[in-house]
Amino acid sequence: MTSIPGLVAQFAVLALAVLLAPMLTGWVNQCRAWLQNRSGPGLLQPYRVLTKLFSKEVVLAHNASPLFRGAPYLIFGCLALASAIVPKIGTDLPLNAAADAIALVGLLALARLFIALAGMDVGTAFGTLGARREMLVGFLAEPALLMVLFTASLISGSTSLATIVEVLAHREFVIYPSLAFAGVAFTMVSLAENARIPVDNPATHLELTMIHEAMVLEYSGRHLALIEWAASLKLFVYSCIGLALFFPFGIAERGDWIGLLLALPVLGLKLAIGGFFLALIETLSAKMRIFRAPEFLATAFLLAVLAMLLHVLLGG
Amino acid sequence: MGLALAAFALQGVFAAPRSLVLPLGLPDLPFHARIDALSCFFLLLLGAVAAGVSLFASGYLRPGEGTSPGLQCLYYHVFLASMALVLIADDAYFFMVAWETMALASFFLVTSDHRHAEIRRAGYLYLLIAHIGALSILLCFGALQAGTGDYTFDNMRELQPGAEVATAAFLLALVGFGAKAGIVPLHVWLPEAHPAAPSPVSALMSAVMLKTAVYGMLRVTLDLIAFPLWWWGVIALVLGLVSALGGIIFAAVQTDMKRLLAYSSIENIGLIFAAFGLVLIFRGFGMGTLAALALTAMLYHCLNHAFFKALLFLCTGSVLHATRERSLGKLGGLIHRMPWVAWCALIGSIAIAGLPPLNGFVSEWLLLQAFLLTPGLPQAYLNMLVPVAAAVVALTAALSGYVMVKFYGVVFLGQPREAKLAEARDAGTWERIGLAWLAAMCIVLGLVPATVIGLLDPITRALTGHGMASLAQGWLFLAPLQPERASYSPLLFFAVTALLVALTWLAVRVFYHGRARRAAAWDCGFPRQNARMQDSAEGFGQPVRHVFEPFFRVEQHAPAPTDPRPAYSETHEDRLWYWLYLPVARGVERLTGLVTFLQRGRISVYLTYSFATLLVLLLFVG
Repeated sequence: MTSIPGLVAQFAVLALAVLLAPMLTGWVNQCRAWLQNRSGPGLLQPYRVLTKLFSKEVVLAHNASPLFRGAPYLIFGCLALASAIVPKIGTDLPLNAAADAIALVGLLALARLFIALAGMDVGTAFGTLGARREMLVGFLAEPALLMVLFTASLISGSTSLATIVEVLAHREFVIYPSLAFAGVAFTMVSLAENARIPVDNPATHLELTMIHEAMVLEYSGRHLALIEWAASLKLFVYSCIGLALFFPFGIAERGDWIGLLLALPVLGLKLAIGGFFLALIETLSAKMRIFRAPEFLATAFLLAVLAMLLHVLLGG
Repeated sequence: MGLALAAFALQGVFAAPRSLVLPLGLPDLPFHARIDALSCFFLLLLGAVAAGVSLFASGYLRPGEGTSPGLQCLYYHVFLASMALVLIADDAYFFMVAWETMALASFFLVTSDHRHAEIRRAGYLYLLIAHIGALSILLCFGALQAGTGDYTFDNMRELQPGAEVATAAFLLALVGFGAKAGIVPLHVWLPEAHPAAPSPVSALMSAVMLKTAVYGMLRVTLDLIAFPLWWWGVIALVLGLVSALGGIIFAAVQTDMKRLLAYSSIENIGLIFAAFGLVLIFRGFGMGTLAALALTAMLYHCLNHAFFKALLFLCTGSVLHATRERSLGKLGGLIHRMPWVAWCALIGSIAIAGLPPLNGFVSEWLLLQAFLLTPGLPQAYLNMLVPVAAAVVALTAALSGYVMVKFYGVVFLGQPREAKLAEARDAGTWERIGLAWLAAMCIVLGLVPATVIGLLDPITRALTGHGMASLAQGWLFLAPLQPERASYSPLLFFAVTALLVALTWLAVRVFYHGRARRAAAWDCGFPRQNARMQDSAEGFGQPVRHVFEPFFRVEQHAPAPTDPRPAYSETHEDRLWYWLYLPVARGVERLTGLVTFLQRGRISVYLTYSFATLLVLLLFVG
């Protein structure tokens, strides 16, 4: 499995994911602009923002600790690895054996823990507020995501992401009621986890409603750039998990090199459609009060548990 | 503290399972001792953790805090020795003597700072519940010897008790060992006693003493009874899950750092008991391989919990000595003053939150795998219980992340909440070595799980008849059953993450620059920012309190809007205290009230009682 072409393919996929992830964010923003009757900044805006931030000087608070300076690199590393683990265009990659669905959730949780700790590091009111809210969203969203993945792994009898995708992509076309529940739960979780509109608003610095932005308020320069990039990667990872679980068609099997080439445009198309729907949800719904967020997430969690129960009950 | 070395040497013993049967003399009742794979595993745990804790303690215990250090040292060693004796005992007498010595030694250690009324109260509660537990264990052994009068474990192994007797013994053992382990509803002593004790003692109690109860549970159900019924497992599973969820929810609202860790111990013990429940269920249905998997998860978690909980308790000890402050609301910013302790605590926090690539994640991963393999049990209802149970485990794991962010963020990050924190000093040399040893073990256990599981193989083979050597695919990959089902390679995982982080750092330096400037934190246009504007411990726990409202009995005192000196206070109490303990205490009081008329305080009356008793006895004998 760890052949040279395998390693090269793995590295290529990783590099591609990291480099193209901001474009997905750009696309979602562009769609949202269109839906709101604005012309929008274009697909490449996230890259311009990143370049600007990288060339700026970092301004650190007086009592920022080394943890504060190290966290952005760590968060970026975790999410880059996550983007490499999720099957996107092929299932035969060496890293697939190193981490399964549970490890993927663990990786995302590790990134969250560090961003929350970094938020508390400087000791401003907003930082701790953001960290607390992020962990509130996290402790309900993380088990919900795990339950969604468990439903899929009960169907395929494996927690290895590659096997899950292979089984789901090559079954005869049956609608699993459990997967339908899991799909709804997953949509809710990914909205919350990516700081999207019913739970958080990525485009605001309005004090009372912030979650993600409050936490990273003290970051600037290259650190902020890495965190923004990591946020794009997170959106990309969640989109890919959703596509892999619920629309796994077109992902190449082991040893299928032509399929691999074909899978790339298919993935782009799927991401574009998914991104459009995300923008649509964001435009159509209103932001919730923060106290409503636990209810929203608890619903997602219960739906995911129900999906697992349904699988056990109906066997499908 | 030379004991640390001796304890550490026990690691060598591990290589030779089932080696010794030595009767030691005592009038009429020789003590039987035996060392097999199971006791070796727990001895290893005791030795390795005690080595770190003892190193720390040698720099920690100092005069002026209640009991003198010399006496404390004596209790400490008696405590360590009695725990070791519990693990090698091979008859009920020896076991109970060692068990009681352990309870008493730890009682004296808990009450070492006996000048405070609440510490005396905590010690009393601990002693009370420890004795209820001990009584229950004694009855359990009584049931197991089945009237033969032979209390050696060998005899109990040979006897095959009927289902009723075995069930009674199991339930008694569950109460007895559950009381020591801190399983809900017998957990109330734990959050009182652990904070009261000096930190190295809290570390030992939480890390090792609770594990002796787990050992006892395993010894009785899987070795002495040997053929458990599946529905025992359901009881253990449910109790374990309730403890796990309840423990972590209570941990989230604590404001005392040692209480927070004590509640987190209840959570971890709950997870261990949940895994134990799975072992019993699988074993009851004759699914040997799965039982071995669940047992591996359970033992692995015992080992992990011992290391990271000892580490965190020792860190709180250092913080306590440096600042004389236990309340989370008065700490903060210690990462600048005590970097050594802070970084060790960070490792402990990540490990306990169950995040990769450290050790907590490995056992959590194994446990979840065991849950995922469960469908296929012959019981339909049980199959439905499993998704719910897995959901509870996942929720608990996520909540422990929340709790650890609270713990670490409030104590070590942010700005110091009190002026005196500026004088805090980092831990001394011995304390540092102890902390580093435990932190290193957390990392090692996280990175090479395959090797560790190879060591656990003899135990699972002895207790369930199935080994787990196949679980380790080489030294790099961990894969239960088949690699297609699931595999995890922490070393690879860690290497790739580290590589990516390093590459990112380098790339940023090479392509851009490394300039940084220090400035004041952004004040949002309000110039008078101070440390009190950070979240307090209550504030950080508020969302959890809000979401899990029904679990708590909350008393709030909110000031009136016109109050010129507003003060806000809030207390959270365990509802069980009011539902279970107070009614029982009242009942006992009423019962004792009924017999007080017997006590007149006059010696002639008591002599009459003795005379009457004697007459009645003679009547029977005649």
